[in-house]
Amino acid sequence: MTTPTTPSSPTTPTASARRLRIASCSLAGCFGCHMSLLDIDEALFDLMPFIELDRTPLTDIKHVSADGVDVGLIEGGVCNTENVEVLREFRARCRILVAVGACAMYGGVPSLRNGIPVAELVAEAYLREGLFSPQVPNDPELPPLLKAVLPIHQVVKIDVTLPGCPPPAAAFRELIMSVLEGRAMTLPPADRRFD
Amino acid sequence: MPRPLETAEHPETLQRVVIEPVSRVEGHGKVTLLLDEHRRVQQARLHIVEFRGFERFIQGRPYWEVPTLVQRLCGICPVSHLLAASKACDAFVVGDGPVPPTAVKLRRLLHAAQVVQSNALHFFHLASPDLLFGFDDDVAHRNILGVLQDRRELGLQGIKIRKFGQQVIEILTGKRIHGTGSVPGGFTQPLSTEKRAWMRAEIGHIIDWCAQTTDLARDLFLQNLPAHGDFASFPSMYMSLIREDGAADLYDGGLRVKDADGGIVVDHVDVHGYEDLIGEEVKSWTYMKFPFLRAMGPEHGWYRVGPLARINNATFLDTPRAEAARVEFMAFGGGKPVGASLAQHWARMIDTLHCAEVIAALLDDDDIVGTDLRATGTPKQEGIGVIEAPRGTLLHHYRINDDGIITHANLIVSTTHNNTAMNEAVRQVAATNFDGRALSEGLLNSIEVAIRAYDPCLSCATHAVGQMPLRIELVDGGGELVDVLCRHEDGVVEQLAPTSTPRHWPPSGGAP
Repeated sequence: MTTPTTPSSPTTPTASARRLRIASCSLAGCFGCHMSLLDIDEALFDLMPFIELDRTPLTDIKHVSADGVDVGLIEGGVCNTENVEVLREFRARCRILVAVGACAMYGGVPSLRNGIPVAELVAEAYLREGLFSPQVPNDPELPPLLKAVLPIHQVVKIDVTLPGCPPPAAAFRELIMSVLEGRAMTLPPADRRFD
Repeated sequence: MPRPLETAEHPETLQRVVIEPVSRVEGHGKVTLLLDEHRRVQQARLHIVEFRGFERFIQGRPYWEVPTLVQRLCGICPVSHLLAASKACDAFVVGDGPVPPTAVKLRRLLHAAQVVQSNALHFFHLASPDLLFGFDDDVAHRNILGVLQDRRELGLQGIKIRKFGQQVIEILTGKRIHGTGSVPGGFTQPLSTEKRAWMRAEIGHIIDWCAQTTDLARDLFLQNLPAHGDFASFPSMYMSLIREDGAADLYDGGLRVKDADGGIVVDHVDVHGYEDLIGEEVKSWTYMKFPFLRAMGPEHGWYRVGPLARINNATFLDTPRAEAARVEFMAFGGGKPVGASLAQHWARMIDTLHCAEVIAALLDDDDIVGTDLRATGTPKQEGIGVIEAPRGTLLHHYRINDDGIITHANLIVSTTHNNTAMNEAVRQVAATNFDGRALSEGLLNSIEVAIRAYDPCLSCATHAVGQMPLRIELVDGGGELVDVLCRHEDGVVEQLAPTSTPRHWPPSGGAP
């Protein structure tokens, strides 16, 4: 019988001078891509000698290290001005910037709002009948919304894409292994499809 | 009325400290603290800084797309949205009629698997570094890799518990994340006897590991008393789904609300009446709304949801090991609900153990490999689906027109219910810990520890839409809206037709 898939543990890569530094973030995404990264399961333990995590949702490092990291993984499209700032920080500080998943590559499900006037979106959520103190949140702490959700390549140059919603764990593993081993990434068709 | 520390009188005179992004949680949030010259907090807020627009942009789409579309709200608990939407959309296929028992059991199995994986993710990957190493542990070490390094067996056990949940989800939906399986009216494919056998072979040690982790979470809490008991501890009400006999039920049931002393405020409330029970308040400084019990108003009507609420509310749990753990938990509170934010980790692992045992019970039931999966009936045009997602009560509400097109959608997600509680937790920690001492990374992390206890899913909570920099409404003498101007973030001013405003929303006609 076929048991559920689990990516196999990585073989020992060529020892590198220092660990591969990885940063990641989710912009207008659902965190599903990050969960798929964690779906490498126990391989995370096997990778430990070879990687270190910089700014990611799994650590408390709030900015990408100023001296740069090797790989930056971007999940989600760009929906507000804060996303633009974060994305630019990643581009400036990541040697290889990866658009991870449908939303980063194309905008994805959140971009279904494109074409609907912002005011209509606002009204639906915050001004409809029955709400207590209906108002549009407008505090300066809240970043303004862009008129459309953009794929990240419309804001910065990207180097690699990982397709899927989300990309399967095996694709993340292959990405990391290919960078560690200094070779091109190869994904079989099963690991580069959307559904 | 503003709560203490929610709004400072003269913010311009205060020093702003920001924690951004809040990390080791899912989604986008930040905390702002305004400090006076004595480094005491005068204002503390958790802001949700993102939104999506699901409720609006799924309008105009066919209902059968909805379950797989809205599960993209959240990649951590996609199954929650898949199931809440499926339950709501069942009405569009079967009306008031039943969904076949096998389909319900497959959904329950799917749901229990997801609670196991999501709770394991939260405990091991996100929260455990604070609990194992201390709130002020080195930033470079305070993460899951640090756990794997120092506590190898424990970290791997956590990974394997989560993995099992994900594998069950993959068996039932084809993918670990954003699969398909549950559809309006039932389920798409039966479970094979082979795969059932595989899961049955695995579930025994998963239950054992969940029981061990429950003990660990309990010990971490009790060994750190009184600090962990006092940390972000406050009285509140609790809301969760409850079965007819009072057992916690994560898939179906009525709503129960208990007060801080354990008295029952409302019980077995039909979820179809949720709009009479729950109101939502909007505040200017966050995109996340603040739900409350209408009967009590926004100031006093707030409550908590999630594992803590489920354990505090349940009359009993219907599986033996989890029930024993619940009895022990309630004994700690002297029979009253436990209000400590950090006790949620203990409650969350009891919840996980319960779901692991539920998986075993469902796998023992021969109905689970039945093949009667889809039902039809007399369709209705309005559907409401409520489940207990890992983070608490999740509500989906849709209306369709004669063509099966969505005309109205309202979602109240778990994390939104906890909005007031999370802000209260932030204010408590700020008031207690920011006592004039120098700011340190560890001190700031203590704020995040309080938020993290609620396992907030800020992506889920940002489904609501829309803010814009400026909106001007012209209202005539009769109170009618005559014009709306909107200035976008790029400075472009757009004139909007008054008909696009909420006063005319939802559109009349369409749905019953």
